[in-house]
Amino acid sequence: MKKVLAFALITMLVISAALTGCAPKPAETPAPAPAATEAPKAEPVKVGFIYVGPIGDGGWTFAHDQARLALEKELGGQIQTIYKESVPESQECEKVLNDMIDQGCKIIFATSFGFMDYVEKVAKANPEVYFYHCSGYKSGPNFVNYFGAMEEPRYLSGIVAALKTKSNKLGYVAAFEIPEVVRGINAYALGAQSVNPNVEVKVKWTHTWYDPAKEKEAAKALLDEGCDVIAQHQDTAGPQQAAEEKGAFAIGYNTDSHAAAPKAYMTAPVWNWGPYYIAQVKSILDGSFKAENYYGNTKDGIVELAPLTANAPAEAQAAVDKVKASIIDGSFKLFTGPIKDQSGAEKVPAGTTMTLDQQLSFDWFVQGVEGKIK
Amino acid sequence: MDGLISFLTAAIVAGTPILFATVGEIITEKSGHLNLGVEGLMMMGAVMGFSVGLSTGSPAAAMLAAMAAGATGSLIYAFLTISLRANQVVTGLALTIFGTGLASFLGQKLVGQVAPEAIKTFFKPMVLPGLGQIPFIGQVFFRQDAFVYFGYLMALGAGFYLYYTRPGRHIRAIGENPGAADAAGVNVTLYRYAHILAGGALCGLGGAYLSLVYVPAWQDNVTAGRGWIAVALVIFAAWNPFKALMGAYLFGGLDIIGFRIQGSAIHISQYIIDMLPYVVTIVVLVAVSMKKSKEMAPPKHLGLPYYREER
Repeated sequence: MKKVLAFALITMLVISAALTGCAPKPAETPAPAPAATEAPKAEPVKVGFIYVGPIGDGGWTFAHDQARLALEKELGGQIQTIYKESVPESQECEKVLNDMIDQGCKIIFATSFGFMDYVEKVAKANPEVYFYHCSGYKSGPNFVNYFGAMEEPRYLSGIVAALKTKSNKLGYVAAFEIPEVVRGINAYALGAQSVNPNVEVKVKWTHTWYDPAKEKEAAKALLDEGCDVIAQHQDTAGPQQAAEEKGAFAIGYNTDSHAAAPKAYMTAPVWNWGPYYIAQVKSILDGSFKAENYYGNTKDGIVELAPLTANAPAEAQAAVDKVKASIIDGSFKLFTGPIKDQSGAEKVPAGTTMTLDQQLSFDWFVQGVEGKIK
Repeated sequence: MDGLISFLTAAIVAGTPILFATVGEIITEKSGHLNLGVEGLMMMGAVMGFSVGLSTGSPAAAMLAAMAAGATGSLIYAFLTISLRANQVVTGLALTIFGTGLASFLGQKLVGQVAPEAIKTFFKPMVLPGLGQIPFIGQVFFRQDAFVYFGYLMALGAGFYLYYTRPGRHIRAIGENPGAADAAGVNVTLYRYAHILAGGALCGLGGAYLSLVYVPAWQDNVTAGRGWIAVALVIFAAWNPFKALMGAYLFGGLDIIGFRIQGSAIHISQYIIDMLPYVVTIVVLVAVSMKKSKEMAPPKHLGLPYYREER
């Protein structure tokens, strides 16, 4: 008898945990049970979002969720969104995708690189459903790959950092040695060198996207080595808090996070997915959908530099505005030569710009970056 | 030299949350109960400590809330495994899932909030008069925050309690042979409840250190697997709080050493360093089983339910 009771209690524990933490939650008041009958127009279209982290990360996933909320606000009665947080980049993803389709989702956004292969497989099996995958390189007739030129605001943030630093040492807490991260570091370094050729960028790898304590430790190590501005390609505010404690300055990532480190935070390169999500869902609703891969930029407003705070140097605003304007009107192109690598060898000759493909497979650091790739 | 001091100072900070959780788990395991819910208990302590700290601004209230949350979580475990004799491994794993889920749920409204100034000031590193002036040792050990000092006292106190007091000997006896302890007149059930609750409270404090002091802001899943390191560290420390004190700082150091040697002349892959705590634990496990040392062995009755009738 006691064993039965124990088993029942454990089951309850697990189920309640699943309910609080893991289960997909209908984000709006649940619509009436999806009727199998073809109810024209009145039925809201279900849009599913699969997140790699918790919305509470205050970073990458938070930014995507803000866009989901913007989408709901914009298209109110025509759509209904559901989401699932903290989905591992494994077989589990396929299960979640199929589950969302079973729940009636017609459009699914999968917002992490590691979901790519699962999305591809499920997209082939479900040609009537539209799939959007963030940051990958595969696509198909109903499978769009989208991302943004985060390197542009990172270049701008490098300008802010270089104007601020006194030690000429900038710290950079980075997650993994992948092209996306390397490209960001290079853009940051080039931006910094554009106003102060003597700065050096020190890189520390954490091998995690999400571990506030570990990210903070990496930043502390950089601060102990004399860096006085810390930037990050990480999803939490840990590095900014390390800077705050040391009286140094910080550049965030993903979202405006000045509340997390009010005395250190200067600005952050941020994602603004809302306009893209709204435009895409609209195109599906009105039938104008085209399977086109998308690489958004500053001009589209998908990526931008968050407003500078009072911690940023006074002259930074004008410098940033000038470069930003030239990025938008196309007169300035990132990764235009001459660019040298760490050994001093010229990788990009003067006058040529790296192609997008070259940029998407970056595996070397520019001169002035101190750190190793693998 | 300065680099070494700053590294060791940081290692102690990194080891402190693990220290609390490890000593908590040692006390639990000494009673013969294997509680794999450490990660969940830490998260419950982290979220309750943070939210109470946020609303009251009082460090003491925040720490008490974290202890209460850890104790409440382990009460579920204690009831299931002591009174109902449920499988300890399964219950512990369920508690981990439950605790992290509950913390995410309760923390939804706290995302992005920062610990109040009063708490941040209270937990600022402070130089202990006299001790803090000792060259090297003082600079490393006695220029820390109040929570770290509390950690020293807690671990030493727990070691003293387990090895040199009457109730401490009782609980160790229960872990080795509950039948014999029962026959000697020790209230096995009461002792187990009390120690599992105390162990849970310490795990809760470990979580609270992360959310209140280490990263003084609420971010989901702030423990990021440190509860599991604590479970490994219990074995590494051979169920001894004194050794846990050293072990926690060693593991804390291993956790952060990668950042300090990146860019220096030493080239070791970060991935190798990330494995070290676990490799070290396995080596200790192997060494212990080869030596068959009694002192290093786990409590004999660890993981087994106690049926008085079968004595």
